[in-house]
Amino acid sequence: MKVAEAWLCSFFRRGRQEWLAFLFISFAMAAPLHAEEAVVGFLYVGSKADYGYNQAHAQGAAAVKAMPGVKVIEEENVPETIAVQNSMESMINLDGAKLIFPTSFGYYDPHVLTVAPQYPGTTFLHAGGLYQEGKHPANAGSYFGYIDEAQYIAGIVAGGTSKTGKLGFIAAKPIPQVLRNINSFTLGAQSVNPKITTQVIFTGDWALPVKEAEAANSLIDQGIDVITMHVDSPKVIIEICERRGIYSSGYHADQSELAPKGYLTGAEWNWPKVYTDFVKLLQEGKPFPHLLRGGLKEGIVKNSKYGPAVSAKTIELAEAAKAKFMAGEMVIYKGELKDNKGKVVIPAGQSLPQTDIKLESMDYLVAGVIGSTGS
Amino acid sequence: MNGEALGWWGVPLAILGGAIRAGTPYLFVSLGECLTEKSGRINLGLEGNLVLGAMSAYAVSYLSGSPWLGVLAAGGTGMLLGLLHAWLCSFPKVNDIAVGIALMLFGIGVAFFFGKPYIQPAAPHLPALGFGDWSASAQVRAALEINVLFLIGLGTAPLLGWFLANTRWGLMVRTVGDSRNAAEALGFPVNRVRAAATVAGGFLAGVGGAFLSLYYPGSWNEGLSSGQGLIAVALVVFARWQPMRCLYASLLFGGAGALGPALQSVGITGGYYLFNAAPYVLTLLLMAATCSPERTLSGIPGELSVTK
Repeated sequence: MKVAEAWLCSFFRRGRQEWLAFLFISFAMAAPLHAEEAVVGFLYVGSKADYGYNQAHAQGAAAVKAMPGVKVIEEENVPETIAVQNSMESMINLDGAKLIFPTSFGYYDPHVLTVAPQYPGTTFLHAGGLYQEGKHPANAGSYFGYIDEAQYIAGIVAGGTSKTGKLGFIAAKPIPQVLRNINSFTLGAQSVNPKITTQVIFTGDWALPVKEAEAANSLIDQGIDVITMHVDSPKVIIEICERRGIYSSGYHADQSELAPKGYLTGAEWNWPKVYTDFVKLLQEGKPFPHLLRGGLKEGIVKNSKYGPAVSAKTIELAEAAKAKFMAGEMVIYKGELKDNKGKVVIPAGQSLPQTDIKLESMDYLVAGVIGSTGS
Repeated sequence: MNGEALGWWGVPLAILGGAIRAGTPYLFVSLGECLTEKSGRINLGLEGNLVLGAMSAYAVSYLSGSPWLGVLAAGGTGMLLGLLHAWLCSFPKVNDIAVGIALMLFGIGVAFFFGKPYIQPAAPHLPALGFGDWSASAQVRAALEINVLFLIGLGTAPLLGWFLANTRWGLMVRTVGDSRNAAEALGFPVNRVRAAATVAGGFLAGVGGAFLSLYYPGSWNEGLSSGQGLIAVALVVFARWQPMRCLYASLLFGGAGALGPALQSVGITGGYYLFNAAPYVLTLLLMAATCSPERTLSGIPGELSVTK
């Protein structure tokens, strides 16, 4: 299969270069006609209707599409290989893209870093927060959100709604971003009910529908009554929770219509705001932030609206915490904090704000989480 | 709402439930492949049938509101792919393995192309029968919620075994599969028998896809199969070309796949990559234990291009 693919790729690439030369000339001549219309390209690693990671980005693209003077082009299912370089180059050469959003984490290094220096007239804004000042090209940027703040709120809602005091978390891999979500979700729940536990199941990869379904069923069999997740497409898990009559808390995008009874809330990206802000800056010719990060306060992440099963008292608690985040007073990680092996990971008196670099290399699960970070 | 926790009982229950839920697609694809290989042809493209079947079942169920029409559509697209395979392979000097790989990529590509608009909507599911309704435990009831398609597969395995062993047509399929010369001497239409076996096998694989999208995990997306069709083709070798063994092997693989998540849910948190690999380790062990340097694989059809 791989051999065939490689062969096909080389065949088309050769063909494409010749075509490019021809088309480039004809498009260059036609270019002034569209001078006032800025072309913005979006690349997704999966399907943009996945009720998950890619859909969240596609909603951002849809908001950009609605802006005046902008033309949006999109490509789905672009693997994190040389394919993404080819796609970006054809967006630039064939469609005249002035701004490209490569939305998958693995697109940046080496792919954006290879293509960006060759096309100084185009700006590349990558989702992942990997930009390094001085080291990476000036026409590139990277942004990311502290979605664990939204997970903290979702944890409060889950903790306030759970009857068994047992929460479940289905995650792909034990990497820092995922562990941070698990820990924040658990700490949020524990702020309501200190005895609460979160059982973690790692499936091993970002999109394994059958394994995710098995994990959900196993958790439900253990008496867990709220499940959340960090996988690319939460649709299967949310549907199983609804079918088996337990609560679910979403991730990436709004999944409430999949579980009208059991959906509590969810941690969502707010890409429409981020993307329209970026496009506005570039339209006005202003400098853009090369490294953009933020959470609830900056409007990069948000929570889904509360489901019918959430009590008024729980909503009050969640809103109070949200208000503290909005005011910039909330610190999730502060001492004394122990991991689930009893080791002190943050000593008493110390508090780590969201921007603290130490949080980026999180390798522990807090007390109350059942699971381990090893594979 | 489930009140109580199951604890360690959850592990055997998850394996039982997993064997039935996750084993069904393996069962249909391996039965289909078993029939095709018995006629002397390998159809590696059944992964394509599975994915295309899953997509067309979901789409038809969504558009028509009837999941059973979806199952028929899945079987139908599976038959079309089978027919294409049979037609291409009927020409002299065409390699069935290469055609199979091409058709696998073709089937997956077509499914992705037409499947775009059906990733988001929720289609009506196939009904399940509650075999656990006698139990007071919600967990047992959930594990024993058995889909009708699984029961059909359960019935098809012995039926296919009986068909191959005891009927005139079954004898014809086996003869064509074992020796082209003998079959031709007997006046059997070799290509037509193989075509029929490939089309019927394609139908079964397509129905397996319908189970994936219409019951478990129960939605259409592009990562739905993640290679299950390929594993099922390998299962046939593991099952030594016997339909009943295909059934056992499918249950084993389905159950072993549930092991990783189930162990983590009771607190065995280390080594989940290892537990997730359990089905493959199991296959290796069983293959190693049953192979012999003295003879070729027992039960292998003599005309298969891998043995020629």
